[in-house]
Amino acid sequence: MNKTRSKTPKESIKKHFLLFMGPVLAAFIIGFVWPFIQGIYLSFCKFRLIKDAEFIGFSNYGKAFSDASFRYSFDYTAVFAVVSLVLINVLAFTVAYILTQNIKGSNLFRTVFFMPNLIGGIVLGYIWAMIFDGILSRYSTSILLETKYGFWGLIILMIWQQVGYMMIIYIAGLQAVPDDMIEAASIDGASRSQILFRITIPNVMPSITICSFLGLTNGFKLFDQNLALTGGQPFIIQSDGSAIKTTEMMALNIFNTFYGSNKSATGVAQAKAVLFFILVAGLGLLQLAYTRKREVQQ
Amino acid sequence: MKKKLLSVFLCAAMTMSLFAGCGGSGSAATGTDAGSTDASGDAEAVTETAASGEGSVYWLNFKPELDETIQELGKKYTETTGVPVKIVTAASGTYSQTLQSEMDKSEAPTLFVVGNAAGVKDWADYAIDLTGTKIADELSTDAYNLYDETGKLVSIGYCYECYGIIVNPDLIEKAGHSMDEIKNFEGLKTVAEDIHKNADTLGFDAFSSSDMDDSSSWRFTGHLANLEYFYEEKESGAKWEECPASLTGKYMENYKNLYDLIINNSLTDPKDLANGGHDAEAEFKEGKAAFFVNGSWEYAAVSGDVPNATMIPYYCGVAGEEKAGLNCGTENCWAVNANASEADQQATIDFMVWLVSDPDASKAMVEQLGIMPYKNAAESSNGFLNDAAKYTADGCYVMDWATNYQPNVDDYRAALVAALNQYNADQSDANWDLVKAAFVDGWATQYGLANAD
Repeated sequence: MNKTRSKTPKESIKKHFLLFMGPVLAAFIIGFVWPFIQGIYLSFCKFRLIKDAEFIGFSNYGKAFSDASFRYSFDYTAVFAVVSLVLINVLAFTVAYILTQNIKGSNLFRTVFFMPNLIGGIVLGYIWAMIFDGILSRYSTSILLETKYGFWGLIILMIWQQVGYMMIIYIAGLQAVPDDMIEAASIDGASRSQILFRITIPNVMPSITICSFLGLTNGFKLFDQNLALTGGQPFIIQSDGSAIKTTEMMALNIFNTFYGSNKSATGVAQAKAVLFFILVAGLGLLQLAYTRKREVQQ
Repeated sequence: MKKKLLSVFLCAAMTMSLFAGCGGSGSAATGTDAGSTDASGDAEAVTETAASGEGSVYWLNFKPELDETIQELGKKYTETTGVPVKIVTAASGTYSQTLQSEMDKSEAPTLFVVGNAAGVKDWADYAIDLTGTKIADELSTDAYNLYDETGKLVSIGYCYECYGIIVNPDLIEKAGHSMDEIKNFEGLKTVAEDIHKNADTLGFDAFSSSDMDDSSSWRFTGHLANLEYFYEEKESGAKWEECPASLTGKYMENYKNLYDLIINNSLTDPKDLANGGHDAEAEFKEGKAAFFVNGSWEYAAVSGDVPNATMIPYYCGVAGEEKAGLNCGTENCWAVNANASEADQQATIDFMVWLVSDPDASKAMVEQLGIMPYKNAAESSNGFLNDAAKYTADGCYVMDWATNYQPNVDDYRAALVAALNQYNADQSDANWDLVKAAFVDGWATQYGLANAD
């Protein structure tokens, strides 16, 4: 009797999984898989409207590769992603570590640190642009006038927004570190920093994997905040009058290409988007494989 | 093993989230119209309840300041005729994005705006030939219509406008000057600089703020820039019929004259213009500034507070500019979607005819827009357009909208804004050279890009 009872739910899940998964699966295919396939197809086309796309082969990819602004935005994005990845994770881990040390009011702190994450990127971008300009205008400049202001401004914004989120993941990881291990280490005479680096960090490696993966891909995919904070300004006006947008990241570059230029640019933007996907997916997987090797299996 | 499987599953789930970034450029458009549809909630409800057999109208409007008026008119039209009308207004500066994404939908706009040469290039294939239609018969002039290279009437002007410098004559007199002094750049400069110098004692300044954010920068990268294009065009002896491949930049000095005057004799320090946040219209309305660079569509907004407001031409130091008039032209041109059903096209044209011929409807339109070049449209009471007519009557030349030929207009203007930001922060010759590069060389570059295969 007992045996059949315990099996029933499993069997019924098998039977009815479509009922539960169906809606999500359908939404996923309609909203995700199908547009993705269509997007890949469109990268080989010339089109103004999607419904009358004309197949032209690989030439969009050639144009995407030879676009100096795309290459520039790749470099800029890569630097940004790495810097933000490191800073966000170090800070998030630090905050999480402090807040797991039985501090009074740590729940309040956790809530406050997490809250920026609930605000949308566009809003944040405009608010921070005002904050930065409020300060910079005292020095007769603006975040739109210097590439370095735009870069560090975006870093500060992202740290403010992301640290709370990553902190939650780290807190979960830190709380799962077995107390007896730490106790044993301290009885054996390990110092605080030894405990941190030899026991705590190896044990929270899964959290670090997740956080660094999220940090890296977030850095690469960043769009809203970039658009709202600087929109790519300042530009370097070259001698032929064309402009390199010095704070334009890859996603914004793709967006600007798609909407900014002539009829054939939509396909080029689509090709850029496919390249962008390959790049981000590849990087993410590489990074995942590397960090996973360092995880401790408990 | 179980754990490994779980983590593989988790990482697959996460990888999937990357797809979002990639599909973005195709589907990002849905995000842009979210902001623009807010005003159309009522109109959409109308669409749903009405009969679907007889055709309907969907107008994608590009002028936010017109939205309120046409939403009302749309409702009224539905009430009297039963034809559903949906009107969506694109947020400021996002019209071309919104158009692109809306046109791809199955319920695409039946009526949209193709206002310049670049628009014709992009959208001619999707517009019907309006030659001989009922709306074309209503026109009183052909001057504001746009044709493609095959001679197809792609879009049809529904109003024309003018821009220049809006002046509050009362403040000029308060400052001890008179409007008669302002007949050329020298006169304008003397008055503006004098007002700015004495701004503290007068309680008002010469020019209102010239912000460089999206909601305001077009006044300088689009409109003010017209003086350079126009004088080049004038010098060439013939009206531009298509976008020239390059500019000479001969009148950049004149653009600089007026631009410098505007930013340096203003309420706002030029260094604070980059991110915007000032309300130039309010500054002018509240009597804090005597000059306001804008167009005839502002008449309805400012004439209540500044009943004597008048508009003067862009005086910029060109020889013979005492005979200059206002910048007259339009970007307000209607095109009808060629892919819409015949019933929808017919309903749309009927709606257009109603807008330009019904006494009440055309009156409401005219009050917002200026003059409508149609036989049966209401007379305009727009003071600025009357100013424009007066200049013409006095034998002054009209500065036509050569600006409408700006190639790849969004990119071109974005580069110009960036260069002007640098210049506003530090008015050095080197920075002006950047502006020149964006203005003159940028034209040729963007022309090349726009005409590439």
